[in-house]
Amino acid sequence: MRIGILITHIRAEEKLLISAFQARGIEPDIILDRDLNFDVTAGRGQLAPSGVAWGDYDIVMERSVSTSRGLYALAILNSWGIATINRYDTASICADKLRTTIALAQAGVPQPQTRVAFDTDSAMQAINDLGYPAVLKPVTGSWGRLLARVNDSDSAEAIIEHRQTLGDYNHHTFYVQSYINKPGRDIRAFVVGDRTICAIYRTSPHWITNTARGGQASNCPVTPELNDLCMRAAQAVGGGILAIDVLEDADGQLLINEINHTMEFRNSSAPTGVDIPNEIVSHALSMIEVTA
Amino acid sequence: MTAPHCPECDAEVSIPNNAMENELISCPDCGTELEIISLNPITLDLAPEVEEDWGE
Ligand SMILES: Nc1ncnc2c1ncn2[C@@H]1O[C@H](COP(=O)(O)OP(=O)(O)OP(=O)(O)O)[C@@H](O)[C@H]1O
Ligand SMILES: [Mg+2]
Ligand SMILES: [Zn+2]
Repeated sequence: MRIGILITHIRAEEKLLISAFQARGIEPDIILDRDLNFDVTAGRGQLAPSGVAWGDYDIVMERSVSTSRGLYALAILNSWGIATINRYDTASICADKLRTTIALAQAGVPQPQTRVAFDTDSAMQAINDLGYPAVLKPVTGSWGRLLARVNDSDSAEAIIEHRQTLGDYNHHTFYVQSYINKPGRDIRAFVVGDRTICAIYRTSPHWITNTARGGQASNCPVTPELNDLCMRAAQAVGGGILAIDVLEDADGQLLINEINHTMEFRNSSAPTGVDIPNEIVSHALSMIEVTA
Repeated sequence: MTAPHCPECDAEVSIPNNAMENELISCPDCGTELEIISLNPITLDLAPEVEEDWGE
């Protein structure tokens, strides 16, 4: 059995995954995305930087922190029929908040009301249509970067103007959502295949609750309702190993905020008591058995 | 063997026993993120700057 792990560099998550494979007697090949050099016009017989032919990998786990490198690598490997976690189709939807919203809407999965506009006047109109407060987000990007809550039309105008003037074309797609008045926390649920294996609350005095920005992690029980919602959300983007961000609104209704395809989980095994890397490895190995 | 030094502040950086090549660590003194470029000999470099497309 040959397993490749594609990385930008080794963080806590990658180290945990490598150990979990080693605990099963499997030594995965570490492939650095900086070393990639694909002949895109040739096929799966060419060698990976590890010296192994790409086609000899039973599965490649994509763990690049660089979204663009990870996505292109998945696109190429999948075009050669090589199994990956996650699949390109799923990852490319999750990497784009607008495409995620479209997929969730198509599947009828509850989410905050969301509008998109492409010019400053129509963006102002979109925010006015939603009402205040609203949230303006880059469609690509992560870790809460450049998220803005706008409380009134003056600040909306200033932020839109700023993005139009200073941002590249990515920031000229104005993706806006109603602000969900959540109870000082949101939920991060971990889906592995056909199960929500665990979930955490991320609690913070700030409305941006990402643990990378100081949010505190604690166990969130996986109720049948939460599991059902997360499974529907995961299926809407094609399924896989996914971290699903869920908001509770003022009525306690659960809404899908976004879906992450290269999840960070270093702070989540301890509060939940679930060995997340071990669950991921089990799932990867079961995928190989199914295809073998 | 001499312990490696932080390329930013020159503090001594101790390398954990189970360290791996291409692992990120923080300098205990200045907090700068460093990458272990090589384990033999131990070589540290500044970790790459966060890019706009980095994330989950
Ligand atoms: N519409 C909203 N209403 C209230 N809070 C929101 C809304 N959208 C996002 N947030 C909060 O902002 C934070 C980051 O949001 P989001 O997950 O959309 O951004 P991100 O940059 O993709 O983060 P990551 O990829 O690291 O999960 C979360 O704490 C979330 O609870
Ligand atoms: Mg998120
Ligand atoms: Zn230092």
